[in-house]
Amino acid sequence: MEAYISLFVKAIFIENLALSFFLGMCTFLAVSKKISTAMGLGIAVMVVQTLTVPANNFIYQTLLKEDALAWLGVTGVDLSFLSLLSCIGMIAAIVQILEMTLDKFFPALYNALGIFLPLITVNCAILAGSLFMIERDYNFSESVVYGVGSGFGWALAITVMAGVREKLKYSDIPTALQGLGITFITAGLMSLGFMAFSGIQL
Amino acid sequence: MDKETKKVLFEPLVDNNPITLQVLGVCSALAVTSQMSTSLIMALALTSVTACSSAAISAVRQHTPSSIRIIVQMIIIASLVIVVDQLLKAFAFDVSKKLSVFVGLIITNCIVMGRAEAYAMKNPPLQSFLDGIGNGMGYSLILIMVAAFRETLGSGKLLGFEVLPLVKDGGWYIPNGLMLLPPSAFFIIGLIIWGFRTFKPNQVERNEFKIMSISHGEGGHH
Repeated sequence: MEAYISLFVKAIFIENLALSFFLGMCTFLAVSKKISTAMGLGIAVMVVQTLTVPANNFIYQTLLKEDALAWLGVTGVDLSFLSLLSCIGMIAAIVQILEMTLDKFFPALYNALGIFLPLITVNCAILAGSLFMIERDYNFSESVVYGVGSGFGWALAITVMAGVREKLKYSDIPTALQGLGITFITAGLMSLGFMAFSGIQL
Repeated sequence: MDKETKKVLFEPLVDNNPITLQVLGVCSALAVTSQMSTSLIMALALTSVTACSSAAISAVRQHTPSSIRIIVQMIIIASLVIVVDQLLKAFAFDVSKKLSVFVGLIITNCIVMGRAEAYAMKNPPLQSFLDGIGNGMGYSLILIMVAAFRETLGSGKLLGFEVLPLVKDGGWYIPNGLMLLPPSAFFIIGLIIWGFRTFKPNQVERNEFKIMSISHGEGGHH
């Protein structure tokens, strides 16, 4: 149990996808102007991450990994080079299914998340979550914890960023630095803040 | 080389740079730049994937129904990335270990998708290929600039050769550890954008609010 808690904390703070691996930066910079939209996108990412990492883990462990097909009586087959293709296919499929399910059964939630869902397929934080899971060879329960934790960490980062940017609107910034430039520098300072966690050994 | 080709090939370098103006493909630009060698390999990998995928997508653009175009693009891009990934593993194993998941993340690199959507779906294969090369070069330019700063100032070396002699080897330069850490990439790209926009004022984003100067007496009366 303790191992799962430390993995969870590690995924949120120490190995924050946005601020220590720079993943999902395009959307992180583009959709962080208002706290409410940033939070909506953050929640959407968290939900998708929670579903896709375990799903990809299941496929990888039962079909693609070296000798994973032993349950079919086939040995010596290593399909792990297909993992990129299967991961992105799985993510696209889950996002599509999620979109249709929400539209049918939870229209209010669909309207709140609607515009962000298609964006998520090409959000590199999602694909990276699955690829890190493969690289670190997590088992199924670890992958569930990692999925929730990393999604939550990304949501936290983008919400905090939006809070800073809302205040930043009223400050006097050199003309050429306005907009994207100052956003990069703000993200750098936030990332420095998150580096304070990196000394913690769990 | 005629005018149109030149425009497609060289405009993305400064005037329409994918990173500093279109805000595409930022993730990997930040993550792989602590060393020059990894940045060069990454730049090469991305440029070849963008060029080939743009050409391939443009070649099938008239046979792709628009409702499934995203899936078709994804599959073409993912297959090309698998080829690049396997090639790197075969011929440059050390670098491929250092790049870890970032080679795979070329699939979701917005430059590749962005150019496929914005250019390759509307233009013939050869031009799309050049457009891919051009945007790849714009990306490489930023990557190489950032990596040059980070590696020289952070470890005193460039591509493994000593540029600034370090104090511990009897030289004069005390390495700046911050440059090897992730946040420095944000600062350097922020400053590069500042530089670009000082020389190209038409790229500046205006503030939604104009700051009034207090000496005119307009600021204090609300």
